[in-house]
Amino acid sequence: MSIVPSPIANLPWRLMMLVTAIALFGITVLYSAASGSMTPWALNQLVRFIVFAGMALVLSRIPVSLFATYAWPAYGAIVIALILVELIGGVAGGSQRWINLGFMQLQPSEFMKPVIVLAVARFYARLPVGEVRRWNAIWPALLMIGLPWALVIVQPDLGTATMIAAGGITVMFLAGLPLRLFIGAGLAVAAFIPFAFMFLLHEYQQKRVLIFLDPESDPLGAGYHISQSKIAIGSGGLFGKGFLNGTQSHLDYLPEGHTDFVFATMAEEWGLVGGALMIFAFLLLFRWGLRVSTRAKDRFSRLTAAGLTTTIFFYVAINLMMVMGLAPVVGIPLPFMSYGGSSMLTVMLCLGIIMSIAREAKSRGNRLL
Amino acid sequence: MAHDGMKFPKLTPKHVTEASLTQTFSRRAFALGAIQGGVGALLVGRMAWISIADNEKYALLSESNRVNLTLVPPRRGWILDRHGKPLAKNRTDFRVDIIPDRLRNKDAVIGSLANLLSLSPDDVERIREDLENSAGFQPVQVADKLSYEQFAAVSVRLPDLPGVAPAQGFSRDYPAGPTVGHLLGYVGIASAEQYKERKDPLLITPGFKVGKDGLEKSFEQNLTGKPGAKRVEVTARGKVVRELTTRPDTPGNSVRLTIDAGLQEYAGRRLATQSGSVVVMDCQSGDLLAMASMPSFDPNSFSDGISHAEWNMLSEDDHVPLRNKTLQGLYPPGSTVKPMAALSFLEAGLGPEEIVHCGGAISVGNGRFHCWKRGGHGAVNMRRGIAQSCDIYFYVMAQRFGMQVIADMARRLGLGQKFPLPYPSQNYGTVPDPAWKLKKYGKEWQIYDTVNATIGQGYMLVNPTQMAVMAARLASGRQLMPQLVLDPRRPAPAPLGVKQEHLDIIHEAMSAVVNGGGTGGAARIAVPDILMAGKTGTAQVRRITMAERRAGVRRDASLPFKLRDHALFIGYAPFDKPRYAVGTIIEHGGHMNRNEDAPMISGDVLTYLFDPAKALEKLDTLEKQWGGPPNQRLAEQMQTYRIEKGLDPAPPGSGNAAAVPAEDTGQEAAD
Repeated sequence: MSIVPSPIANLPWRLMMLVTAIALFGITVLYSAASGSMTPWALNQLVRFIVFAGMALVLSRIPVSLFATYAWPAYGAIVIALILVELIGGVAGGSQRWINLGFMQLQPSEFMKPVIVLAVARFYARLPVGEVRRWNAIWPALLMIGLPWALVIVQPDLGTATMIAAGGITVMFLAGLPLRLFIGAGLAVAAFIPFAFMFLLHEYQQKRVLIFLDPESDPLGAGYHISQSKIAIGSGGLFGKGFLNGTQSHLDYLPEGHTDFVFATMAEEWGLVGGALMIFAFLLLFRWGLRVSTRAKDRFSRLTAAGLTTTIFFYVAINLMMVMGLAPVVGIPLPFMSYGGSSMLTVMLCLGIIMSIAREAKSRGNRLL
Repeated sequence: MAHDGMKFPKLTPKHVTEASLTQTFSRRAFALGAIQGGVGALLVGRMAWISIADNEKYALLSESNRVNLTLVPPRRGWILDRHGKPLAKNRTDFRVDIIPDRLRNKDAVIGSLANLLSLSPDDVERIREDLENSAGFQPVQVADKLSYEQFAAVSVRLPDLPGVAPAQGFSRDYPAGPTVGHLLGYVGIASAEQYKERKDPLLITPGFKVGKDGLEKSFEQNLTGKPGAKRVEVTARGKVVRELTTRPDTPGNSVRLTIDAGLQEYAGRRLATQSGSVVVMDCQSGDLLAMASMPSFDPNSFSDGISHAEWNMLSEDDHVPLRNKTLQGLYPPGSTVKPMAALSFLEAGLGPEEIVHCGGAISVGNGRFHCWKRGGHGAVNMRRGIAQSCDIYFYVMAQRFGMQVIADMARRLGLGQKFPLPYPSQNYGTVPDPAWKLKKYGKEWQIYDTVNATIGQGYMLVNPTQMAVMAARLASGRQLMPQLVLDPRRPAPAPLGVKQEHLDIIHEAMSAVVNGGGTGGAARIAVPDILMAGKTGTAQVRRITMAERRAGVRRDASLPFKLRDHALFIGYAPFDKPRYAVGTIIEHGGHMNRNEDAPMISGDVLTYLFDPAKALEKLDTLEKQWGGPPNQRLAEQMQTYRIEKGLDPAPPGSGNAAAVPAEDTGQEAAD
């Protein structure tokens, strides 16, 4: 039909352009955060993006069934890794979140974010249709989510644990469990939060939450991150201070300006316009992911595509709420923007799997996308 | 199934099919999409709220983060002498302070500062003490007068030294050192109370000093200028990125004194190792030309923040270096009141040639009063009574004319009088009379009180400035008021209202004291044709018992310092055309050393006014025997004290180290 070979023509070009645009913008921000230098962040990030984007394209060529097959073994392996981390951490003393493999540090909880979606989706895909509204459809999934959640929360890593739980529960929700279960559980959790705050959170976590509620109470101490982040965003105004002109980031007032608070760095220089464009770009990405899910032919693909999209959404939402002072400071980076390898890897894993689902949906004659 | 259903009735399934599940999924995926869109909209709204509605607030916060407004302490006005020579000036200075509130890891910071600036253990101890006593926001001085290399060494390490504030500024410099200590006072960091009271940020600006004592304190408002401001861009760690704008400071006004800088320094040095003071007054205007009080502290080191050891040494010294003797020291004037008493007799009708026979002692009431000369002076008229300082003459005459006559004249000549000099703490002494005694002690005035008062003993107390005023008024016959601030347009003082012929008699007798074989021969001025007129005095500080008098009065040299007599002198020159008057007191001097006694010191000081080179030549020779000029002796005393107390001797050159670069030359323009 066309001079372009079909495997290339069939690549999701619009999505790739969208993601590349976001990532390049992120690299631009990192360039500015380093006071107009490709090192130490921008260049690394660019290389990473190319490598992981390539990996995502490779993943997109893998049949979805293979992901389904390996969902549970992968889940099991990561749970074991989490337990290992806990044991090693216990020996080393203090909180430890990674296993040192010698050549790299492996943070298993990071992988659990997409894998929990695959595992729960796999569970519901295999569940006979008639069982969906029975207890048998609930407790195994809860167990599946609860185990890694518990392992991560004792690390302690509140942000990642929340994302694991949210990812799994999203799949449960999409799988068609009775709505009133979620409403009831939501109310129960709301009632449980004060108790959890008093007895389950570490002191530093409690402090973070309290300061989130009133950051001005301690502007130089633990509230410093949120205060400075809001100052960066607020002082940017509508159009920002201009590229390379941010003072909060360049004069080091904004902590973590190249990682978790990269959005504030961006907003200071690009203003509300830049921020709104970014949020819009992310919304386009989510819309694509959800569309893939509705067009997918089998249950596993549907649940996985929507679940992984929501996982990316959680990254973005939690991070942005955090930098804008709507959520406590939890270490959740902003996909494609924050400097760092593991979050980029996770998000690209998600994208690769969704692209694979999209490819299969398309190849079955659905060319609407 | 039924089993489950019975157990959990709520979950009793409606009919679920593949198709209905897909439908549910689509509905819920749509809901999810809606939620995501909603969250996105919420985030954009939140961002708009922060960046548009609250933009002004956050822009301001960002600006106050970025820009550090620092006050530039104003240069302090100079204090000048009557010829425009600086007594207190400013000097460019590299300094380092600590802001205690911003200090983290105190020990490490002090340790590395001690290393970088080679601070002595004494300095380190002083810094620690200041840090403990400071109110947190007050800067604590680490060191000043640093070399550029030391300053730079601290500046480049700032990121590792939180709370440390290096600054380039001006510090107070008193070229004449200890000899102007009491005259000028000193400056220092404002106290926490002052800051709490005024809340002026200038007070806690590193490098800003306020007057702490003396004229520096009295003329504080005049001397303090208006601060400048410097806006700099700083990083979160306090590193200065660049200077934005600078508004220069407005230096304070200078104050011009009546003091003659050369004379002031000369008098201070000429007081030798004695505890004493010299006040010199102009007999035409009342201008105070010198107000020396020695020993003294060095205002330079006081202004830098004084160490504990130095303070202890000064406060333990029996020569009271912390007291401004010219205004705070009170002494019985001894025989220096005799010309005044004689004048009062003349004004009351005594003939100058009336003779009193001095046999060495007379009986007054129940007691026996002695002349200082055991054998007596024989026949004594007024001239001889003053020249030889015969006590018996004055005992007799005082009994004849009564205390009131003497006391009135004493007050007319300035004794017991308050002078409006710009010092917060002054003592005015006492001129006793019957009414005063009745009021103070509830006792009747006795004849022996009169006898005591007429030789300047008993209740009578004066300060050295009053002695100089008395000398100047006797010399000029005018109601001279002591002046410290130069004002050439001041009207000439009114006459005292005593007969010139009476003054001439007194002048002649006072000249005889010095030039006519009297008791003050040592006060002769070494300049031809200029004759000094004066009167010596000795003030007992102990009671001589009858037993001791029988056995022979003990020599002062055999007494402990505190029991020795004070040596006093008043005088003026030239005797026939009064120009300068002087009042000198040597505490517990006991007339033990002619070179360091009141008459010769007074003579040399007035000699300086007529022939400075000659006076300095003599002083330079003498000073070698005393161990050098006052600042050198003070440093040596400090060293000895440290060794005595088992403290580390201060490293050589510390305190006044490092060659100091250019002086603050903007001052002349501001004058």
